[in-house]
Amino acid sequence: MISVTALTVSRGERLLFRDLSFHVASGEAVALTGANGAGKTSLLRTLAGFIRPDAGTVTFSAADPAEARAGHLHWLGHLDGLKTGRRAREELAFQARWAGADADGIAAAVDVLALEPLLDLEVRKLSAGQRRRLAFARVIAAPRPLWLLDEPFAPLDARWRAALGLMMQAHLDKGGAILAAVHDPLPVAARALDIGAGR
Amino acid sequence: MILFRRELALAWSGGGGPLLACGFFLCLTVLIPLAAGGDPAGLRPIAGGVAWLALALSSILSLERLFERDLEDGALDLIALGPAPLELVVLAKAKAQWLAVGVPLALTAPVAAITLGLPPAQAPLVLLSALVGSLGFALTGALGAALALGSKRGGLLIAVVVLPLFIPPVVFGAGALERATNGLDPAPALAFLAAWVLFAAVVTPFAGAAAIRNAQG
Repeated sequence: MISVTALTVSRGERLLFRDLSFHVASGEAVALTGANGAGKTSLLRTLAGFIRPDAGTVTFSAADPAEARAGHLHWLGHLDGLKTGRRAREELAFQARWAGADADGIAAAVDVLALEPLLDLEVRKLSAGQRRRLAFARVIAAPRPLWLLDEPFAPLDARWRAALGLMMQAHLDKGGAILAAVHDPLPVAARALDIGAGR
Repeated sequence: MILFRRELALAWSGGGGPLLACGFFLCLTVLIPLAAGGDPAGLRPIAGGVAWLALALSSILSLERLFERDLEDGALDLIALGPAPLELVVLAKAKAQWLAVGVPLALTAPVAAITLGLPPAQAPLVLLSALVGSLGFALTGALGAALALGSKRGGLLIAVVVLPLFIPPVVFGAGALERATNGLDPAPALAFLAAWVLFAAVVTPFAGAAAIRNAQG
C-alpha cells in the first residue's frame, strides 16, 4: 500500500528522524507512537505530501505520489478544516464531495456516525467530539484505501471510540490500510512503530 | 465548481467582505475631497486616478482571509488532497474573490468617480475598466495572500507585496479615464489593462500554489 525508504525529516534545525523505513500492506494498521514532538505528525504530513523530506522516498503501490495523494488517501489531522460559521450539513457536503463521495456515501456516513440531529446546527455549536465525528464522515463517505489519522480519537467518548474502531476494522477487512499517530492503543489490531526510536 | 461555490458563500457570509470593501471605498471617496480642500474644480482633473487608487486600496481589505483561515483551520490540507491541483484552487479562490468583492466594488466605482468629479457620461467606461481591473486586483491579491501565508501580521505584508503590483492597473485604468476625458480613444489603455490581467491570470496560479505548498510544510 505504502512504502517508506530511508526517510529523513527535519524541521528547521531540528532533526526529527533519520533513515526511517517501513512498509504498510493492505489490511494492515500501524500505530505511530513516540513522545510529544517526536515527529509523528510530521511523518504523517510528509506521507500526505505536505512536508518535503530532506532525504528518502515515499511510494504508493496503486499510483504515483501525486495521483495517490489526490485520490487514494484520507488525511484527518488535529485540525478538522470545518468552518465554524457554516452549518454542519454544508461542511459535510463540501468535505465529502471534495473527497469524491456521492450522495449515497454521504447518507451512509450520516447514518453510521449518527449525524442527522447535528446537520442543521452551525459547526461552532458542536462539541469537540461531535466535530470529530463530522470530520470523520468524509472518511466514511468517500472510500479511499489509505487513512492517515493524527490522534483520531482524542475528543471522542468511549462509545464513539469503540464505534470508530469497528469502522476502522471494516476498512481493514476491505483491504484498506491505516497509519495513525496515537498515544493510546488503537481499537484494532495494529503494529506499533515508535518514531522516537528511529532518530 | 464545488470549491468555487463554497468560496463564494464564505466570502459573502464571513464578516461582510463585500459590504466592508464597498463601505471603505465610499469613505475614501468622501474623505479625499475633504482632504483636498473641498474644491471640486481642483479635484476634477485627477478624479479618475483618485477613483482608481481608492478602488485598489479597497480591494486589499479582505485578502488576508483568502488563504489564511484555511491554513489555520486545516481546510487547506483537505483542499490540497482533493481532485483539483492547487493551481486551479488558487484560480477558483481568486475568481470567487473577484465575484464577491471585486464586482461589487466595480459597481460602486461609477458612483465614486462621479462623486469625485468625473463627468457622468464616463460612468460606463468607469464600470468596464473597474470590472477588468478588479479581476486583476483579485488575481494579484491572491498571489500576495498566498505569499504572506503563515507570516505574522500577514495583512500588512499582503499590502506591502500587493501594492507595487497594483501600480500597472492603476496607471492603465486611470489612463483610460483621462484619455476619455481629453476626447481620446481609451481603447489602448484598456488593452494594456486587459493584458496585465491576462499576465496575472497566468502567473498567479503557479506562484500562488508554490507559496501555499511552502506554507503547508
